[in-house]
Amino acid sequence: MLRSRVIPCLLLRDGGLVKTRHFKDAKYVGDPLNAVKIFNEKGVDELMLLDIDATAKQHTPNFELIRSIAVESRMPLCYGGGITTAAQAARVISLGFEKISISAAALERPALIGEMAEAVGSQSVVVTLDVRKNTLFSGYTVYTHNGRDKRKVDLLEFCQQAVSLGAGEIVINSIDRDGAMSGYDLELAKRVRASITSPLSILGGAGQIGHMQDLIDTVGVVGAAAGSMFVFKGPYRAVLISYTRPTRLM
Amino acid sequence: MIAIIDYGSGNIAAVANIYKQLKIPHVVTGIPEELRKADRYILPGVGAFDATMRYLNDSGIVAVLNEQITGQGKKVMGICVGMQILAESSEEGELAGLGWIPGRVRKIDANLLPSSPKLPHMGWNSITPKDHARLFEGVDAERGFYFLHNYYFDATDANDVTATVQYGMEMPCAVARANIFGMQFHPEKSHSNGMAVFRNFAEI
Repeated sequence: MLRSRVIPCLLLRDGGLVKTRHFKDAKYVGDPLNAVKIFNEKGVDELMLLDIDATAKQHTPNFELIRSIAVESRMPLCYGGGITTAAQAARVISLGFEKISISAAALERPALIGEMAEAVGSQSVVVTLDVRKNTLFSGYTVYTHNGRDKRKVDLLEFCQQAVSLGAGEIVINSIDRDGAMSGYDLELAKRVRASITSPLSILGGAGQIGHMQDLIDTVGVVGAAAGSMFVFKGPYRAVLISYTRPTRLM
Repeated sequence: MIAIIDYGSGNIAAVANIYKQLKIPHVVTGIPEELRKADRYILPGVGAFDATMRYLNDSGIVAVLNEQITGQGKKVMGICVGMQILAESSEEGELAGLGWIPGRVRKIDANLLPSSPKLPHMGWNSITPKDHARLFEGVDAERGFYFLHNYYFDATDANDVTATVQYGMEMPCAVARANIFGMQFHPEKSHSNGMAVFRNFAEI
């Protein structure tokens, strides 16, 4: 049976790894190649790497770093950050990643999703959406550029549009829960799950295995992604890379 | 010497790195003269059926492989799209496949899946290997392999199927006929199970 994926999500900045809280206060947590080696040893289901400066500072992807990560990895990889063309996506795939995540570029020009699907196959196209829960009204608002720019799209409608254009997976990243380690926003996960049939991963909020189990129990087979949970240990957030999975993954 | 066939596919570096760790001699090449010197071949693959066949046809690699594999009986292992092109044709494309193992590549029927996620088939799934499947010796079949695909190999002859996977229906996920082997999942991204497959292929 197909199982849920437990996915460490690592944030790249200036060639190093950082971890944020509510998309702010980036703390240095180590070297990406070292982290890949540790996750290889731990038999990780899948690894997601997001360059959080690429779009915000208008960098192109660091292809040399991408290449060296891919060579080292014995697990499936997803890259996101600064991809704006199908040709760039194809290049990252040719360097040895399985999946490419786009966010701002997909919102800017949804046709890019189809162009990427054409170039690398829809199974390799991931659309990641950063969202905040609305305070006055019900529902959620989509953001880009590290939570700075508000986008005028309906979250669920855009998820459906992305899948119909060729996205093979949707990743929902909760800005409110980022680094909070207080549990996933299960209501958000449930709403998105009900609106699309493609694979779905949820990021933001996991602080312990029980949170992942709650997510799986709520939406079924899913990608349970986490940052802090796999890079910090203890109440003082000491940096220590670790990996564990819930016992029930279906 | 194992030749990892270089035709611009993404998995090449990961496969080469595994053979490096296993200390098994290998070369990454797409040059016909170099390919002829090898005694085993890995045909990696990520991407679309037609794009893969077009490249292999245009670069002259198909001609060399026909001569070395169907002619001289050297062993080959296709991965993902590298497995799909062993078939005669695919619903994904127009071009003919290599046709070394009878069958057609078909899209997974999403209607058979009772709940989401449906397509693509993405993630870790158990496999059921056939008893005689030497490539899967030492593999933890329950733990299985990493899958990422929309299409599967519908083999004409059930005897060519060496492992199946359950996803909506029981579908072939590995095939073999004489010196020709293929698998839909990604052994290069499947940790110790994948390493076992690459080691087995070097030894059979």
